[in-house]
Amino acid sequence: MNPFIAVVRRDVSLALRRKNEVMTSVFFFVVVAALFPLGIGPEMNTLRLIGPGVLWVGALLASMLSLGRMFAGDHDDGTLEQMVLSSASLPSLVGAKILAHWLLSGLPLVVLSPVLALQFDLNLQAIEVLMATLLLGTPLLSLIGAVGAALTLGVRGADVLLSLLVLPLYVPALVFGAGAVQAQTAGLGASAHLSILAAMLLMAAVFSPWACASALRIALE
Amino acid sequence: MTPHSNVLFRFAAPQAFYGLAGRLWPWVAALATVFGVWGLWTGMFVAPIDFQQGQAYRIIFVHVPASWMSMIIYLAMAFWAVLGLTFNTRLSGMMNRALAPTGAMFAFLSLWTGALWGKPMWGAWWVWDARLTSELILFFLYLGFMGLTASIDDPRRSDKAGGLLALVGAINVPIIYFSVRWWNTLHQGASVTVTQGSSMAQTMLWAMLLMALSFWLYAIAIALYRIRTLILEREKHTQWVNAELRPEGAS
Amino acid sequence: MIWNSAGEFWAMGGYGLYVWGSFGVTFLLMGGEVILAGRRHRQICESLQMQAMTRDAVQDSAQDWQA
Repeated sequence: MNPFIAVVRRDVSLALRRKNEVMTSVFFFVVVAALFPLGIGPEMNTLRLIGPGVLWVGALLASMLSLGRMFAGDHDDGTLEQMVLSSASLPSLVGAKILAHWLLSGLPLVVLSPVLALQFDLNLQAIEVLMATLLLGTPLLSLIGAVGAALTLGVRGADVLLSLLVLPLYVPALVFGAGAVQAQTAGLGASAHLSILAAMLLMAAVFSPWACASALRIALE
Repeated sequence: MTPHSNVLFRFAAPQAFYGLAGRLWPWVAALATVFGVWGLWTGMFVAPIDFQQGQAYRIIFVHVPASWMSMIIYLAMAFWAVLGLTFNTRLSGMMNRALAPTGAMFAFLSLWTGALWGKPMWGAWWVWDARLTSELILFFLYLGFMGLTASIDDPRRSDKAGGLLALVGAINVPIIYFSVRWWNTLHQGASVTVTQGSSMAQTMLWAMLLMALSFWLYAIAIALYRIRTLILEREKHTQWVNAELRPEGAS
Repeated sequence: MIWNSAGEFWAMGGYGLYVWGSFGVTFLLMGGEVILAGRRHRQICESLQMQAMTRDAVQDSAQDWQA
């Protein structure tokens, strides 16, 4: 079997056995989306304004929470060293792990977002754009976050440090993701934003596995 | 190995660089002081009052140099990171650790002076101006670098991980700046910029350039000084360090 | 000279707080950085010297035992 597919299947089935990992991201997303109206007030006009931003930040934070687990489990039981030493290309194995991470932590957010968007009274077109930006954006976040996870592997205080490292790099995705929905609502159309998001995703898909592989080698030598 | 690259790589050895840095930094520091005094004199006693902003504009004499330095130092760190990752030199990682605190300080100063400039000019301590927001993110990038290199105990791993982070950050800085500018123009009708317009009086520009030069030389001097401390720490098991520390003769 | 009096200079046309708040913090931080770097250098030198002296003392006493 293709090592890429094998790693994806392995990671997904391992995580599904301990369902709490998948549920943490989803639960956090739902809670954040509920907390903001509670903190700001139920005025529908305000909520419609802040909805795209809040949902995007919620998805971003939820995705970031699960990053630490990407490599830590395999690092603990020695599987990661086997991957680094194996003859299969490390960037492709890392790409497989990132894909598995997205399937578990990112894709559920995309699926859940229409429901949460209704809490902010977003109309159908806005919801469509929101789902599209999350569909493009969450893999981008996984790809960027993976580099941070690899750099902080096994380091003291890795969780907080990881957030600090990764948040500046998340800013472009957030700006264009939330901006796309706002552009759609303002009647300007989101195609420019979506194109830029797609371009960033492509660049990250090419560069991130390579950067992660370097970081893992640095961490494990 | 060509003779030319021999010279270059000779100073890649910590011992050789220690001596070079020791001879250089006092001169660089002296130059920095000279330009600083000259710049302050020009800025505070020669440059006239600004038509729009009154005397408050004088903050640019520290705000703009600090901003420029925070960006230049980050570029320098990326440069050393590439060198370190390519040639596996120990000195590159040490150079980055020597540069980062100064870069972070300049980024903070840029934000602080920007806020103090914004308050009298635009009535708010913080405006989400594209430049200031990008500067804030750059400040976080510096903190991330310092946090990462501080948390990893093994010096070689720390150097390389820091180098990779600096490189990834540097590649992202243009993207971040572009996205923040896009975000800023979308959400603000009248574009509020903290930067001075290009129509500055000659003396103002001159004072600003002098201060920028002074800050740049200051950064070089303090990085050279700091790296000597780092070299001593890292190389403490070598003979030359022991000889250096006990010039009165070994027992 | 563009200032008519020292008082004018310090007042900075009413913006004294902002201008001197900026310059003050700048010099504070840059000066602090220099002082901290110097102090750290001295601390490292002293600590490394102590380590070297301890090593020498241990070697000396080991030789005494052998003698």
